[in-house]
Amino acid sequence: MPSGMGLLSLVIWLPIAVGLLVLVLGEGRAAVGRWISLLGSLATFLACIPLFTRFDGSTAAMQFVERRPWITSFHSDYYLGIDGIAMPLILLTSFMTVLVVIAGWTVIEKRVAQYFAAFLIMEGLMIGVFSALDALLFYVFWEAMLIPMFIIIGVWGGPRRVYATIKFFLYTFLGSVFMLVALIYMYLQSGTYEIAAFQALPLGMTTQILIFFAFLLAFAVKVPMVPVHTWLPDAHVEAPTGGSVILAAIMLKMGGYGFLRFSLPITPDASRELDWLIITLSLVAVVYIGFVALVQQDMKKLIAYSSIAHMGFVTLGAFIAFDIYANTGALKGAAMGIEGSMVQMISHGLISGALFLCVGVMYDRVHSREISAYGGVINTMPKFAALMVLFALANSGLPGTSGFVGEFLVIVASFKANFWYAVLAGTTLVLGASYTLWLVKRVIFGPVANANVAALQDLNYREFIVLGVLAIAVLVLGVWPASLLDSMQGTVQHLVQQLMISKLGH
Amino acid sequence: MNSAPVNLVPAYAELFVLGMACLILLIDLFLSDRRRWITATLTLATLAGAAVITTYVSGVSERVTAFNGMFVADPMGDVLKLFLYLIVGVSLIYARSYLAKRDLFRGEYYVLTLFAMLGIMVIISGNSLLTIYLGVELQALSLYAMVAFNRESGIAAEAAMKYFVLGAIASGTLLYGISIIYGVTGTFALDGVAQALADSSANDIGLLFGVAFIVVGVAFKFGAVPFHMWIPDVYHGAPTSVTLFLGSAPKLAAFAFAIRVLAEGLAATGTAWTEMLTVLSVLSMALGNVVAIAQSNLKRMLAYSTISHVGFILLGILSGTTRGYQAAMFYTLTYVIMAVGSFGMILLLSRKGFEADQLDDFKGLNARSPWFAAVMMMLMFSTAGVPPFIGFFAKLYVILAVLDRGMVWLAAVAVFFSVIGAFYYIRIVKLMYFDDPQDTSPIEADRSLRFMLSVNGLAVLVLGLAPGLLFNLVTQSCCSTNLLAHILP
Repeated sequence: MPSGMGLLSLVIWLPIAVGLLVLVLGEGRAAVGRWISLLGSLATFLACIPLFTRFDGSTAAMQFVERRPWITSFHSDYYLGIDGIAMPLILLTSFMTVLVVIAGWTVIEKRVAQYFAAFLIMEGLMIGVFSALDALLFYVFWEAMLIPMFIIIGVWGGPRRVYATIKFFLYTFLGSVFMLVALIYMYLQSGTYEIAAFQALPLGMTTQILIFFAFLLAFAVKVPMVPVHTWLPDAHVEAPTGGSVILAAIMLKMGGYGFLRFSLPITPDASRELDWLIITLSLVAVVYIGFVALVQQDMKKLIAYSSIAHMGFVTLGAFIAFDIYANTGALKGAAMGIEGSMVQMISHGLISGALFLCVGVMYDRVHSREISAYGGVINTMPKFAALMVLFALANSGLPGTSGFVGEFLVIVASFKANFWYAVLAGTTLVLGASYTLWLVKRVIFGPVANANVAALQDLNYREFIVLGVLAIAVLVLGVWPASLLDSMQGTVQHLVQQLMISKLGH
Repeated sequence: MNSAPVNLVPAYAELFVLGMACLILLIDLFLSDRRRWITATLTLATLAGAAVITTYVSGVSERVTAFNGMFVADPMGDVLKLFLYLIVGVSLIYARSYLAKRDLFRGEYYVLTLFAMLGIMVIISGNSLLTIYLGVELQALSLYAMVAFNRESGIAAEAAMKYFVLGAIASGTLLYGISIIYGVTGTFALDGVAQALADSSANDIGLLFGVAFIVVGVAFKFGAVPFHMWIPDVYHGAPTSVTLFLGSAPKLAAFAFAIRVLAEGLAATGTAWTEMLTVLSVLSMALGNVVAIAQSNLKRMLAYSTISHVGFILLGILSGTTRGYQAAMFYTLTYVIMAVGSFGMILLLSRKGFEADQLDDFKGLNARSPWFAAVMMMLMFSTAGVPPFIGFFAKLYVILAVLDRGMVWLAAVAVFFSVIGAFYYIRIVKLMYFDDPQDTSPIEADRSLRFMLSVNGLAVLVLGLAPGLLFNLVTQSCCSTNLLAHILP
């Protein structure tokens, strides 16, 4: 596809270049820097649209491929390309970054230029993660992304920001380095860093299991899965609103992406052997973390735990494929779980991002995240209340919103795997609704609780645009999920076929 | 033995540096303090001249020996020497205003630096145990004097004394090891040693004894645990500009020392020294990284960080493969670039009567100077091994070499300790970015220091984005074929 040449490079390097420009302009010209950031992020989003419109969903082949030598002595290439798994995530990344830039417009008061620059640089790096087809390049983007996030939480975060950000950094760093060892091992086996070559590499069972655990450590920390999830509530609570949004909407998805791109296709036999582990941890996340979310006093913490529970669906959907295939012998059924987990990732990105933005809107006015500091917000902020209720319903999986599609697909698929998986996964319908709606009841409805709430101003134009656009996205995806499902069809089918072919027999 | 006509060409650079060092010492006697810049400029000119000679006159594309095989020139040596000139030049540029503000801006500083450099060059080119010993002593004696350069400072005198006493013990140990090797093989020449060991059985207990003593000498020069005791005190006590020099250039010497003696001369005893280095390496990574966390003085913290990096360099060497040696060389070059930059940051923030060597002196640097905070951030992330900076590729290369030998557990240990190490590097970033400044005075450093430091910081990033540049340099120069094939006929 010669016409697509360079498009991925453009959407990676454009935001980084704009971010650096904003840094060079400095704090003295932060007002200009803000506009440049907005234009830069908008331009990146617009440049991402052809990735969607010109995407061919029927094939599993990589599209918009770019390849040139990078480190010749390591046989590592600057190799980019996207398939149906990566494309929606890239679109989500560029979309959310625009919203984060708008949301931080007047809220950020110190070191404004550095704030916007950090988000733009991070955007480029995150798109790089999703589009790298060379494992070394992938790893470079994957780790480099930690640096701006570390700074964002640490500089603009809440009172315990230093603890939270160092915990965040060390957790994710520890998770990643063992993946690096696994990647180098496979490089030594195959003589190239190409991810596709890793997928085709025959590996013995013991090796596969070791590699599987190395990957699991990296991706489980990112997702995050129980029991390595404890960094997330800390990081979310202390991060500034924009940081929470990117963390929830994009960074967690990298864990899910990693499972689909690395763990499953590279170590299919170990994944089949150990799928019970992932399924158990996923169900624990759904059920146990759902209960944990129920008792939270802090709104951000509640949404953070809700994120962990929802991400449990992503890992569940990905790893029930083996059981479904064993029970039904149909690849189509197995594909359903993976499709569900993809939809869940995109949908959760939109919904959790929106909920964090809602909390941010209230926090900017009252400077408290405690649920008990609110009550009866609907009386003073009707527009805001309407939107927040919509997002809350979407979070609890209301049909017609995107939250329904992902959960529905995964639950239906898990019925085919094992009745009890479905029962346990189904508890989310009750639990998710309980903690989300109870949150809404206490914060939004009821009589005006105190003078702070009585003095609230409703959404301004800027906030309304951000939340409104998200609401539209949530509804569109809920009503017309085929737009997303069609584009990933070819890729998911291919992935499922890959999974069912053992690597041991080679 | 008929002595062939002496071929001096491979040693022109050493001879030039020697001549210039003597000349500068003489010229400096006749200069008033106001004219001291002439000494500094002449020293830099010497480095440039040596670089030209090494590149164009005595540069070699394959191994050449001189002085009856006592001296060797090869592409690896040339690359190391060119790097050495660069690092020495940068360290002198960094040092200048620091020295001037402390009445240390004297000719002897430059002459001692040149002699230390000459010692390192002799080590790099040594092809006989005695030549190498000569270089080690020349370098060490110059460094003892440099550490004590500030006569007024009690702590510097103490550091120099410790360094001298421990250094003397290490030299004695090394010499003892050399004498045993001589006793076993009957020669000092590394070619001869390799030859003799290849012919006989390498399991002679006396030989292993000698190897152990030599490994101790190498470990002391590197500062590997448990021979690291001098490092924190000397780094801390020495004037920061000396610490900068001490923390960078001698690592090149130590690397060359290890390659020449262990990998070339004692290759036949590889199994023995591999085991010894494994222990040293794991201990260094563990102790260096853990103890660095407890430091509140940046110079001490960087000293322990050095120890942990030495563990990584040893990992490359102990792999015992071409790839391993290349990885170790790459790591050494990379580490030297990062160390020079990190100590340079201390010099940048120092003022008259104020050493910015406490961690707290870096608080809120982002508010005082966003650019230099960014430079320090890049240096710290690079040293921690976070991509896209060059330090990551150094670690990657070493881990690759270790995995290539099937030592998976060593690779796992190495990455585990590098995660522990990441903590104290990101703590510096935390101080610079998240805390408010305690000290709001403007940065006083002169323009050349600012410029060089900026280049240094950018180099860490640019080399990280295009690591192929440095990789090619290393793979083309270092150990491109089996080392023994060079030596054995």
